[in-house]
Amino acid sequence: MGKALNIVVLAKQVPDTRNVGKDAMKADGTVNRAALPAIFNPEDLNALEQALIIKESCPGSTVRILTMGPPRAADVIRDAMFRGADGGVLLTDRKFAGADTLATSYALSRALLKIKPDIIVAGRQAIDGDTAQVGPQVAEKLGWPQVTYAEQIEKITDTEIVVKRRLEHGVETVCSPMPMVLTVNGSAPECRMKNAKRVMKFKNAKTPSELNEAQDEYLNMECCKKPYLNISEWGVSDIECDEQQLGLSGSPTKVKQIENVVLQAKESKQYSASEGEINSLMVELIASHTLG
Amino acid sequence: MNNIFVYCEIEGGAVADVSLELLTKGRELADTLGCKLEALAIGHNLNGIDKQLALYGADTVWIADDRELAPYRTLPHTAVTCGVFEAEKPQIALFGATSLGRDLGPRVSSALHSGLTADCTSLVIGDHQDARTGTKYENLLYQIRPAFGGNIIATIVNPDCRPQMATVREGVMKKEQAAKPGKGEVRQIDVRKYLKDTDLAVKIVSRQIEERKLNIKGAQIIVSGGYGVGSKENFKLLYELAEVLGGEVGASRAAVDAGFAEHARQVGQTGVTVRPKLYIACGISGQIQHTAGMDQSAMVVSINTDPEAPINKLADYAVTGDLLDVIPKMINAYKANSK
Repeated sequence: MGKALNIVVLAKQVPDTRNVGKDAMKADGTVNRAALPAIFNPEDLNALEQALIIKESCPGSTVRILTMGPPRAADVIRDAMFRGADGGVLLTDRKFAGADTLATSYALSRALLKIKPDIIVAGRQAIDGDTAQVGPQVAEKLGWPQVTYAEQIEKITDTEIVVKRRLEHGVETVCSPMPMVLTVNGSAPECRMKNAKRVMKFKNAKTPSELNEAQDEYLNMECCKKPYLNISEWGVSDIECDEQQLGLSGSPTKVKQIENVVLQAKESKQYSASEGEINSLMVELIASHTLG
Repeated sequence: MNNIFVYCEIEGGAVADVSLELLTKGRELADTLGCKLEALAIGHNLNGIDKQLALYGADTVWIADDRELAPYRTLPHTAVTCGVFEAEKPQIALFGATSLGRDLGPRVSSALHSGLTADCTSLVIGDHQDARTGTKYENLLYQIRPAFGGNIIATIVNPDCRPQMATVREGVMKKEQAAKPGKGEVRQIDVRKYLKDTDLAVKIVSRQIEERKLNIKGAQIIVSGGYGVGSKENFKLLYELAEVLGGEVGASRAAVDAGFAEHARQVGQTGVTVRPKLYIACGISGQIQHTAGMDQSAMVVSINTDPEAPINKLADYAVTGDLLDVIPKMINAYKANSK
């Protein structure tokens, strides 16, 4: 259909907050991040699938992942490569740390100016914050249109994209010029599985830091021979930016207080499942006019 | 200047409930701060909208009425909202955490470089001292929300940037007409001053808005199921109990994710917030993600095989047992005892 596109997927490695086990909280009441597995943010996988669909319909296109996080976040780039992405950039630097959504969006948008994509695809929101802010904030920083809650791409031409989006009470189909930012809803198709051949091909894909840490002659040679195994790693000095707008100093929102959730106990009456006790429960509910 | 703005969503000529809820909260905050409450209505054919908004306490109603402004599109609404905020410099701006508000809010916050806190469950005015610099701030907006999958409650402040922006989900705040209606003084916005051609670049091809069918928010009695219900098949028992009691069926996120119930029934932080007369929690463990959406229920009955389930701390009546066994007994007992 359309011309070859430079597609970027914004992805985030997140703690799996959906599987919070008993050891997820430390004795002092803080969150034990180490006990939570780090996963590919679920809706970013929906986004990756849409990006791969676009790539297939526009031959010659490339899909690259842009993620910001600690060095281990390179995992999501490899994971995406196993599923069909061509490569990616890890944005990592201590100066990015402590960023709220706005400072995150600023850093991402500066990196995106360097990558110059035609279309940016992101998950609607990440499960660790559920804010859904970064997609629209990036779009605004770039001055590009946004289409949020995308469920299906209906059509893509050299200059335009037609997208069906899911609203809380219905669906809307919109046509947006490119470049633009698309955020993908969890109701969009799931991402394809990892492909065994691609896993074999890309399992040694590494960032420069990972190569350095591994100190492995063979790996070094592999990555030297096969440029597609090199995952880019950018720090603050690799993107043109105002450092004041990064990390903690670039974040208008500050966390004043964190409170662990302890449900407040109140007097509760205990009942067993016996017929007699259930009966007296219902009688009591009727007597208190809770049940009419 | 430095007042509280509420962005008001308009659906078919009427103001959305979530916006009226925000006006109710905004009125309370404005009274605490001694400032005005201003409503921002952007759309088309908005005649009479100021009357609706004044009833909920709006002192001023800003109206941007243009055919390009309805139905909602991101860029034109962002341009108008930013234009008004830049001129009026509100200290606080509130948006519904709806598909519209969550599309518009971040765009506006990014343009104005102001902080935005999503899905607040509580908004309170208070003071703040920066731990590092020692700078003291008076009368900030505490934006309180669950985070990290609901395992913590965070209080967020925006000390230096204005407006302090927050989104709030529908049903979280109470909706109440103001004791004394606001003046509802109308200010017409010169839309063409703010709109550029590029703001109209995205076109709506088609739009199907469904009638709201299911409304568990309005239900007085909710029989809600969690992952512990086990299957979609078992959920039928909950429907039976709900029907007998004259209630609706709700579900936890885990139950919805597992496909036991549709998303419209989801109660909790990422679903709807309910405050029924009676909430019967069946096979729900009681993660904060869920309880954030139901802890204001007048009466809570929990049915769980685990007597230590966190939900029981919140329950007025905790039944320890298998819901497949307990629910039929409840149905029988209700039929036998009700008149």
